[in-house]
Amino acid sequence: MATGTAATISEPSFLEYKSGFRSWFYTTDHKRIGILYLVSISIFFIIAGSIAIVMRAELFTPESNIVSPHTYNVLFTLHGSLMVFFFIVPGISASLGNFLIPLMIGARDVAFPKLNLGSYWLYLIGAAILLFALLEPADTGWTFYTPYSAKTNTNVILLTLGIFVLGFSSILTGLNFIVTIHKMRAPGMTWHRLPLFIWALYSTAILQLLATPVVGITLLLLIAERTLGIGFFDPDKGGDPVLFQNFFWFYSHPAVYIMIIPAMGVISEILPVFSRKPIFGYKAIAYSSVAIAIISFFVWAHHLFVAGISETAAIIFSFLTFLVAVPTAIKVFNWLATLYKGSIQFHSAMLYALSFLFLFTVGGLTGLHVGALAADIHLHDTYFVVAHMHYVMIGGTVMGFFGALHFWYPKWFGKMLDDTLGKIAWFFVFIGFNVTFFPQFFLGVQGMPRRYATYLPEFESLMKLSTIGSWILAIGMIIMAYNLIKSLYSGEKAPDNPYNSLSLEWQTSSPPILENFKEIPVVTDWSYGYGKKG
Amino acid sequence: MNWVPEAASSFAGKVDGVLWFVTVLSIVFFILITVLLIYFSFKYKRKTENDYTPHITGNQTLEIIWTVIPSILLFVIFAYGLIVYKEMRTPPGDAVEVNVTAKQWIWIFKYQNGKSTINELFVQHNRPVKMVMRADDVLHSFFVPAFRVKQDLVPGMYTQLWFNPTKIGTYDLFCAEYCGTGHSQMLAKVYVMSPEAFSRWEKGDEEETTTFASTKSPEELGKDMYSKNGCAACHSIDGSAGVGPTFKALYGKNESLQDGTTIEVDENYLRESILIPQAKVVQGFAPSMPSFKGILTDEEVDALIVYIKSLK
Amino acid sequence: MEQLTADHVHVHHIDPVEEYEQSKFGMWLFLGTEILLFGGLFATYAIFRAKYPEMFHLDHLKLDWELGALNTIILIGSSMTMAIGVTASKKGNNKLLIIMLAITIICGLVFGFNKYLEYTAKFAHHIYPDTSIFFSLYFMMTGLHMLHVFIGLIVLLIIMILAIKGRYSASYNTHVEVGGLYWHLIDLIWIYLFPLLYLIG
Repeated sequence: MATGTAATISEPSFLEYKSGFRSWFYTTDHKRIGILYLVSISIFFIIAGSIAIVMRAELFTPESNIVSPHTYNVLFTLHGSLMVFFFIVPGISASLGNFLIPLMIGARDVAFPKLNLGSYWLYLIGAAILLFALLEPADTGWTFYTPYSAKTNTNVILLTLGIFVLGFSSILTGLNFIVTIHKMRAPGMTWHRLPLFIWALYSTAILQLLATPVVGITLLLLIAERTLGIGFFDPDKGGDPVLFQNFFWFYSHPAVYIMIIPAMGVISEILPVFSRKPIFGYKAIAYSSVAIAIISFFVWAHHLFVAGISETAAIIFSFLTFLVAVPTAIKVFNWLATLYKGSIQFHSAMLYALSFLFLFTVGGLTGLHVGALAADIHLHDTYFVVAHMHYVMIGGTVMGFFGALHFWYPKWFGKMLDDTLGKIAWFFVFIGFNVTFFPQFFLGVQGMPRRYATYLPEFESLMKLSTIGSWILAIGMIIMAYNLIKSLYSGEKAPDNPYNSLSLEWQTSSPPILENFKEIPVVTDWSYGYGKKG
Repeated sequence: MNWVPEAASSFAGKVDGVLWFVTVLSIVFFILITVLLIYFSFKYKRKTENDYTPHITGNQTLEIIWTVIPSILLFVIFAYGLIVYKEMRTPPGDAVEVNVTAKQWIWIFKYQNGKSTINELFVQHNRPVKMVMRADDVLHSFFVPAFRVKQDLVPGMYTQLWFNPTKIGTYDLFCAEYCGTGHSQMLAKVYVMSPEAFSRWEKGDEEETTTFASTKSPEELGKDMYSKNGCAACHSIDGSAGVGPTFKALYGKNESLQDGTTIEVDENYLRESILIPQAKVVQGFAPSMPSFKGILTDEEVDALIVYIKSLK
Repeated sequence: MEQLTADHVHVHHIDPVEEYEQSKFGMWLFLGTEILLFGGLFATYAIFRAKYPEMFHLDHLKLDWELGALNTIILIGSSMTMAIGVTASKKGNNKLLIIMLAITIICGLVFGFNKYLEYTAKFAHHIYPDTSIFFSLYFMMTGLHMLHVFIGLIVLLIIMILAIKGRYSASYNTHVEVGGLYWHLIDLIWIYLFPLLYLIG
């Protein structure tokens, strides 16, 4: 149990002490930077999500009637690029991580506050470059495979440049977090007393730091191919198109763990609070986050099983892919055991955490289908993969993100959310998500390829069902957005610790004062000391 | 409801075996986890603000159990997938070879006897066939769900796959690697034929290939040829621009050619463009059209011309 | 209650020792990312060298190895002067620091000038980035390296200006140290580039 005095009302919170554009745009306060990221990634989430609604509307019928095939291809390229690079990779890390890391470790800010602001400005610059890219948007898919991406007349360079700049933002944020977690923990906050959310963000930061430069150089080489005519990926010049795929996935596979590990960290925080039980298997969960991060560097070619790689390579990568499933499975069982003999409260945050367990399990298990060599030959590049990836990204990461928003909202904004509205929104999101994506598993097994603007009539009924699901999902998100915004103004004032959590961020005011703590706390125990011993 | 497509190759059933195995295992664990999740959620639902909860932090035995058992199962899945994979990647020595070239956005099949077809693959029932594949321009992927085969076609290198078609019938072939605007239109059909029918086709009996007898009117035949041979991928019929000139109002038009001269589009020009497409290329278009010489019969070319003329 | 401006949000003072440790750690992490960035290019080199040994051998002979060797010596020398500067700063010898920074920067500029000579000579012989895979690698690797040299020069220039303004002392020289680390990395990368491109065919 940490000791530390909660702030008194006489000092203004970090939200109140200064207002106006300059105080936000030039802030070096990690809490405000977290909000800046939160707003930015939410905007991109809405844009990319709306694009998906249009895509699914087009796919309501087999023929092209709302948009042309070329426009459809642009749409899925933008949907993927915006969602991956501008929403989910910064995602929980940049928004909640920025807000919470110093609070959770008992520090006043991150190691390099100005660099932190710089990271955010880089995000904005990347976004600005992206706006220019929309003039003749690329139609390559977010994976930019050569030779098509080297040849297409659409604007690949601006889009990849925007992503490149974003990569910098990601690298510097990762760097900042690693140094912060290493060097700025409060007295008594040993590694084994750190909240698991911190372990998760730490593992993620390692990935951000080490994997992102590789996509940086990959995109640079693509730009060089388009501008200088270099031919590393061009067979006419002696190059190899598959080399691009290897480089691309060397980053992009660890990237998917950048996407999911923070969400796993969130679950590890929400479950104990709303079951009033310690997290089960703290070390197992902490170490498995690190293990997943490390192993994730060695599985990239499972995206290339049918790309023309050797059988030996395929076998090795399939084996390693199954290996990375082990620490993931361990976590799921540990989370489940946390609920045992707990005192479970179904707050909206808890509903999201529980649905994470359910949906991520589906996503993770279907990863086994595509990890198995013989099965992947049939399933690769079909809707099965689309379903699998959305189950882990939405069913996993987004559920974690929404859960985190509902959990930490009182701490961040000093107001309580409307929990009834939260539950209603959750219901629509949960149902809508499943109706959208579960049919896609079947479409994939039946042979429906992905990235198809038009399709054969035999797939029509499941496609229609999926589209209807997207509307239900959208309704849920709209209700949730309404709740989040309205509660800023009319929500009940939040107490310091509405859920009786033991972790440090809840031992200070809601919202925190500028300096986070009146005095730096001295930590004497971990933050999962719930329940009665003996 | 059909969970999987028809199993029409010798190893399709084995691939389905792997799929079922993983699925059944997944369902078992999914049910286990879901039941526990729901059971715990309701059994341990909060009753008062001061419910007793035990301070349980872990259990090493459980950790070991749920590490070891999944590891073993995961290894079994890996091994099963590997075994079937090995068979799928090892063509029998006597497999008949067919060369495949993919280009935006058609499939060109070239057989050992010199025959060429576009968007139609003819194979003999129960005889293994190996596709030796190459892409002309960008990545494509050869995917026949009924056979459970898939492999990318890469410019600059040969890739291969094999299958033994065990059921007579017609199957869909999709391009499964995004390749640009016409990606979803890059469709083909695989015709698995009895040995007799196949040998008749090989010897050039065109009636075997067209599923419609030549009792169709030339315009109808031409329209079928238009859709079946990939013309639609590059030539629209509604006036919109594409990789090639639109067929709408084409006949009788005065076209400017690459060499600066002008030509009136007549039957001869249309025929020449189908058989020797590089001869007179319209200005503003790339000379990338493949030749249909040896692929379309004279009757089919005539029919196409009639069809194009009908598009006013 | 303090009157807080937008910039000075942290009333607490950062302990200079802590700041030094954290900045050094941060720079080492950043160097790691640079190694991975160039790592992609080194991997590309290895892959294509294994594929086209003849082309690599023939093309590398067209490179001016003597100019490259001169550049290597200049860069190694500049690393040495940088190291002397860092030591000087830790001892509080600001004047020596400034001199060493100036020499380092000049070395960097000479390096850049030599590269300009090399590149223009290549272009005069109609050798461009798209001439062959080897030359694509040559231009990409040395070009990206040169870009990092420029960034390093700007960083060192800023440090030199701050040194002239008296910002550094024996008790505070964090920037000098981390700037020096960055410069050493730039040198290190070149030490690998030079033999791989110019010497081994």
